[in-house]
Amino acid sequence: MKKIEAIIKPFRLDDVKNELQSIGISGMTITEVKGHGRQKGHKEIYRGAEYNVDLIPKIKLELVIPDSMTDSVVQSIVKAARTGKIGDGKIFIMPVDDIVRIRTGETGDVAI
Amino acid sequence: MISSGDTAWMLVATALVMLMTPGLALFYGGMVRSKNVLGTMMHSFMCLGLVSVLWVLFGYSMAFGPDLGGVIGTLDWAGLSGVGMDPGPYSDKIPHLVFCAFQLMFAIITPALITGAFAERMKFSAFVLFTILWTTLVYFPVCHWVWGGGWLGKMGALDFAGGTVIHINSGVAALAAAIIMGRRRGYRQEPFYPNNITLTMLGAGLLWFGWFGFNAGSAVAANGVAGLAFFTTHVATASAALSWIIFEYIIRKKPTSLGFASGAVAGLVAITPGAGFVTPLPAMIIGFVAGMLCYFAILAKERLGYDDSLDVVGVHGVGGLWGALATGLFASVGGTGLFYGNPHQFLVQLIGALAAIVFSLVMTSVILFAIKKIVGLRVEEEDEVQGLDQSVHGETGYYLT
Repeated sequence: MKKIEAIIKPFRLDDVKNELQSIGISGMTITEVKGHGRQKGHKEIYRGAEYNVDLIPKIKLELVIPDSMTDSVVQSIVKAARTGKIGDGKIFIMPVDDIVRIRTGETGDVAI
Repeated sequence: MISSGDTAWMLVATALVMLMTPGLALFYGGMVRSKNVLGTMMHSFMCLGLVSVLWVLFGYSMAFGPDLGGVIGTLDWAGLSGVGMDPGPYSDKIPHLVFCAFQLMFAIITPALITGAFAERMKFSAFVLFTILWTTLVYFPVCHWVWGGGWLGKMGALDFAGGTVIHINSGVAALAAAIIMGRRRGYRQEPFYPNNITLTMLGAGLLWFGWFGFNAGSAVAANGVAGLAFFTTHVATASAALSWIIFEYIIRKKPTSLGFASGAVAGLVAITPGAGFVTPLPAMIIGFVAGMLCYFAILAKERLGYDDSLDVVGVHGVGGLWGALATGLFASVGGTGLFYGNPHQFLVQLIGALAAIVFSLVMTSVILFAIKKIVGLRVEEEDEVQGLDQSVHGETGYYLT
């Protein structure tokens, strides 16, 4: 099993969700986050003071999938989240030891 | 003989000026960090409470009571004794109490203006003491000098609605306060994001609206002069707001909404002393120069390094000084300025402004040092970091999840 953690531009979220649904992924967790990689922020001016706001709002999307789906999920996210401009985000792929569904106590792939 | 027209207008004007203080609370409240929004708004609202009580007990008498040597009023009218429904010495067309109420609203907003200088760090007890002492020892005397039969008024200083009494006075007090209080923790090391500029825009709108009562009401009659003051107030404000964002755009490439609001207030301040003495075109010039001067004044503050949190010095001090001097240049109705052949007026305006600057600077410093000895001026560092809303008032301005 793999955990996919993707940081994407907020306005791409609906497209990414639709794309993932079309390949059969339904569960995910979304968080509103702030951060930056190479993308520069913007400048804010309040009277005499100028501030560089470099932490930019992003969406973090987390989902756990069977190993077999890794490539198709990553491709779907890349396809739907890409604008081609700097700041499109990143995808992190991590191994998951086990999963427990709290309601039933099931473990492993069936608990996804 | 009481005039119902004049009395009706002055009652409305009084209510308009009252609304300026809540407007100021919004104007200032929006500019601070979210952890201090209530503490900052409370400073303005507290002035409505404190100064009203002082005014009845002895304030009105000190400011407007029978003159004592040109410097202060006697306490003959303490407790508003003899101030009632009949006309008083300041107008025979309106009840004395209406004049007293109108002037009270001016006394309230003046210390409220200063609070912008020490926002986000002052102890509440120190603030209460400061408001009581400053209003008593600085505002009432200076108000008497100009309007209560004191020496500045007798010398012929033109101050239609309080450029010297209110704006130079509070702007200079703000400078002393900002320097003596010291900077906010983290000033220039971390960004201080205003919590809600939309509140500030609303506050600026209410100030603009209320200022019609402030300036046009200062005619103390529903007449032509009131109409003139109403009009000059509006156009000076409009051109100052435009001028601020024009210079802002030239220098920083962005016309900000906070800049427009600040420019509007700068224009209101600058036209205050001349509102009933100048005609509309000079009023627009006064406003335009005010927007420019005040914008450059707040840029200069960044270099000078004192932490006047909400730019009271740059807007009220500089705008008020310019307005007082500009009145000596452009006055042409009920007074004659330099540009209309009377250089003496400019000199009188300068003397009046300097007297207010020196008096306010010295007295405010003495008051602040005394308070520092008695209760201390600043909240504990930990409380400042937590924010005054929680540490001083036990409240939170915004619960947004």
